[in-house]
Amino acid sequence: MKRVQFEHSAVPYLFIAPQILIISIFFLWPAAQALYQSFLLEDAFGMSSQFVWFRNFEDVLTSSSWTRSAIFTVLFSVLVSVLSIAISLFLAVRADEVIRGAKSYKTLLMWGYAIAPPVAGLLGIMMFNPLMGDLYKAFNSFGFEFNHIENANDAAFIVILIAVWKQVSVNFIFFLSGLQGIPKSVQEAATLDCKSPERRFWTITFPLLAPTTFFLLVINLTYAFFETFGIIDVSTKGAPGGSTATLVYKVYVDGFLGADMGGSAAQSVLLMIMVSVLTVFQFRFIERKVHY
Amino acid sequence: MYQSKWRIFTNHTILVLGSLFMILPVWIAFASSTHTREYIFQNGLQFLPGGEFFTNYGAILFDADATKGRVTALEMLFNSMVLGLGFAIGKVIISMMAAYAIVYFRFKLAVPLFWIIFSTLLLPLEVRIVPSYEVVANLGLLNTYTGLILPLIASATGTFFFRQFYRSVPDELLEAARLDGAGPIRFFIDILVPLSVTMIAAIFIIMFVVGWNQYLWPLLMTTDDQLYTIVIGIKQVYNSLYEGGQIPQFPKAFALTIMASVPPVLVVVIFQRMFVKGLVETEK
Repeated sequence: MKRVQFEHSAVPYLFIAPQILIISIFFLWPAAQALYQSFLLEDAFGMSSQFVWFRNFEDVLTSSSWTRSAIFTVLFSVLVSVLSIAISLFLAVRADEVIRGAKSYKTLLMWGYAIAPPVAGLLGIMMFNPLMGDLYKAFNSFGFEFNHIENANDAAFIVILIAVWKQVSVNFIFFLSGLQGIPKSVQEAATLDCKSPERRFWTITFPLLAPTTFFLLVINLTYAFFETFGIIDVSTKGAPGGSTATLVYKVYVDGFLGADMGGSAAQSVLLMIMVSVLTVFQFRFIERKVHY
Repeated sequence: MYQSKWRIFTNHTILVLGSLFMILPVWIAFASSTHTREYIFQNGLQFLPGGEFFTNYGAILFDADATKGRVTALEMLFNSMVLGLGFAIGKVIISMMAAYAIVYFRFKLAVPLFWIIFSTLLLPLEVRIVPSYEVVANLGLLNTYTGLILPLIASATGTFFFRQFYRSVPDELLEAARLDGAGPIRFFIDILVPLSVTMIAAIFIIMFVVGWNQYLWPLLMTTDDQLYTIVIGIKQVYNSLYEGGQIPQFPKAFALTIMASVPPVLVVVIFQRMFVKGLVETEK
């Protein structure tokens, strides 16, 4: 907070009111509703409901489809985060070294940020369309027997590939900015001290980028949890048999298509707990960076 | 900096490959969108553009039948524009005001209100879609721009961006303003807002892209074709690709995909510097 502040009775309330109003109607109310619903058992038409305490949670946690979805979500998130961070770090380091043409490469690699996840999903799944997809044909001509419609691993491969493609540009921007923020004098000293670019990277550059990498890890996990909804909905729809449905996608499928309000709400609450942990973690980290 | 010839060569090779990895899918989509559907169906995806650019894009833009709905791509682009701009403007104004109250005032409810705002980060719209849908339905806001935009604004990311920025503004500024007799509203309008112009622009650009690219919420709450955004439109077209036993409309689906991507990509590329500034400086 500021050392100097205004002391005024009405003005701050006036300024904060619009945000609080919108949050109350469109956030607090539905959030409370989600919590309440997670303790209710409703019939399919929402005509009657019964308070069942934690039964929805028990049902969710013991159901094999939720467990499978949870395992997929974790594996998916970790793979997407690690792969997209590794690829973008590699590209950013090379882009940072290039002096001529650096600006063009930057533009070529960063615009992907603006692509909507479902658009990326559509582009990706078209490449794997059995009728005309070049990648589908290429994979099968190499003898892979690639079939994402029936094989869960192949479907997961496609979803991960699209999610990584979509995320590389964001990570690239952060890494390149981080690299360019390293003082020239440090880089020159490093060049004098060790000639091998690989050693220089691991002993000097990477430790300096560690906070950025950690920050991006949190951002990427959040991305893989939530923003990949559009990718999955357009590409595999969770098929085959729910094997590529992330937890968020399952909330949608169970709640909207399956009309299981209690179960969907309980899943929401469980997700909320997971996000809370992640956010608090992230926020503390951001706060620390700001002070320093 | 010393660099061997070999290192320079590999640098460029890797960057070219990386750029191709990013661009090829979109280029193939564009090239394929300029052929007839029969041609694509027989020959697969294309790397070179064909001669049907104006026919395909014209049909998609102005003829509602081509998009399988009762709405043309032009109308969908308009809806996306309303969502993107409405979301960005609303978010910037509301966040700036709330952050100002939090940073510059000492008031009784400051701490609880701050925590209420903070809590919105814990529960993204994606997790509370079912009850959010019910609330918006109860308020009679389904299929309205208000119902489309306001629930999306109800998260405090922007507030934290501005909070961080305000905290980096030197205290002396406020002291000087107070000596000059400026009240809190004068200080906000005459000093803080002009000082934040680049920050506002940067956040505006990021939020416009975020708004334009919204998917799940518009998917649920717009059942009326007239309110479809273009991102929703491509899903509808894609879903109906195989309908009617005809040759699938791949070129038109691709054309719609390209149109959904061009506006946000242009914004990001043209305002590159501001966009990067906003993204990197605010989130860190």
